[in-house]
Parts: sequence; C-alpha cells; structure tokens
Amino acid sequence: MKSNPAYQEFHPQWYRTRVSPYWWLLQWSHAKFMLRELSSVFVAYFIVITLMQVHALGQGRAEHAAFQEFMTHPLVVLVNIVALLFLLLHTFTWFHITARALILRVGGKRVPDPLIIAPHYVAWVVLSGVVAWFVLGG
Amino acid sequence: MAKKSYVAFFWTLFSAGGVTAAFLLPVHVFLFGLAFPLGWIEAPGYDSLLGLLQSPVTRLYLLVLCVLSLFHAAHRFRYTLYDGAQIRHLNGIILVGTYGGAFTGSVVAAYLLFLAM
Repeated sequence: MKSNPAYQEFHPQWYRTRVSPYWWLLQWSHAKFMLRELSSVFVAYFIVITLMQVHALGQGRAEHAAFQEFMTHPLVVLVNIVALLFLLLHTFTWFHITARALILRVGGKRVPDPLIIAPHYVAWVVLSGVVAWFVLGG
Repeated sequence: MAKKSYVAFFWTLFSAGGVTAAFLLPVHVFLFGLAFPLGWIEAPGYDSLLGLLQSPVTRLYLLVLCVLSLFHAAHRFRYTLYDGAQIRHLNGIILVGTYGGAFTGSVVAAYLLFLAM
C-alpha cells in the first residue's frame, strides 16, 4: 500500500460526485462535528499562550508584565472567550465519546453511559480545583 | 504493517492528548485567559508564579500537557483538513504541517521549560 491515502491500489477510477467543501454547513449534526474538530485549533492556541507566559516568566519582571498587558488586549480577551467555549465543547464531547467507546460490563450487563460520564465530570471538577489551588498559591 | 503501527502510534497520542486537554486545559484558559486579565480573580504575583515554575513537578506537568495537547490538536486538525477542506491530495504538506508543527512545539516547550529557565 502506498502511504498516500488518496491512492488505492486496483481502484484507479472511483466514481464520486464532487462534494462541496462546505458540506458540513448544510446539517446541524455535521456542523457540530466540524466545530468539535475545530476545537483543535484552540487547544494549540492556548498551548502557545502558555509557552509565551513561561518564556516571559523566565525573562524577568518587565517581560512578564508586558505579557500580562498583552493578555488584557480586547482582541486577545475575545479570542480567549472563543477558546474557552471551544475547549468546553471539547471536554463535553470527549466525555460523551468516551462513554460510547468504553464498554464496561458488570455482572454481564453493560454499564449505562451516564454512569461512565458522571465520574468524568466529577474528576474534571476535582482536577480543575487542584490546578487552580496550585496556581493561586496553595 | 509498518504503516499500521504508525497510525496506531499517532492515534494513541491523539487519544492521550484528548484526555489531557479535556481534563486540564479549560481551567488554564479560564484562569490565565480570562479571570486574571479581566481581574475576576487577583492574579498571582510574579514571584509566586516563578516559584511554582521552578518546581520540577510543575515543569514536567507543563511539558506533558504541552506535548500531548499539541499532538492531539495536530492529529485532529489533520483530519479536519481531509474531511472539511477536502485537500487530501496535499497529504505530504499536511503531515509536515501538523505533526511537524506539534514536534517543533514540543521541542520549544522542552527548551523553554528545562533549558532556558
């Protein structure tokens, strides 16, 4: 097999109707899927922001103050609001997908999804609290 | 077979990063992206944050968070480009742009957290 996924051996001429690049806008479930996939952009974005802060902290007080000033820019705040919404979408969808993917059986019966999802939310709240506790000085 | 193991490798990174990002990143965005800049919560001082960052545990935590999240995002964005924008024929560029970007970001993270500090 070639590494190029577009090429399939022995199938040189697929017949496919062309799909518009905007196919996912036509149906809400498809749009939701694409929004979920786009959360990846904001995950990467905030890792960059975090690394910028690490760099600024290492450079000294003045650089860190300049970084904090940059973070208060209305445009940055706006992007951060959007980023938080996308990250929450990622968290919610990830927990729900996990329940679909993780099939646990107790006594021969499948554990219902809500019983798998609920502990994820509890763990999420606890972990967020732990991170906040450390950040705010213990 | 070699191809299959590489698919599984990146999928495992995607999955591990998805878990990490889901559990840990929202609180980071909330605190550092909104609550501190907007003054909802008083931001910790420079010395407090630097002290936190000087602990090897914090650095290791941030490195794992960065590396896994970046590879998660790279993998997911790669498939977004295939499915959404339908540019599968640009596969080579996409592979370099996504996993290459995540790799570069990981190296930068390791440098900033362990060498530059």
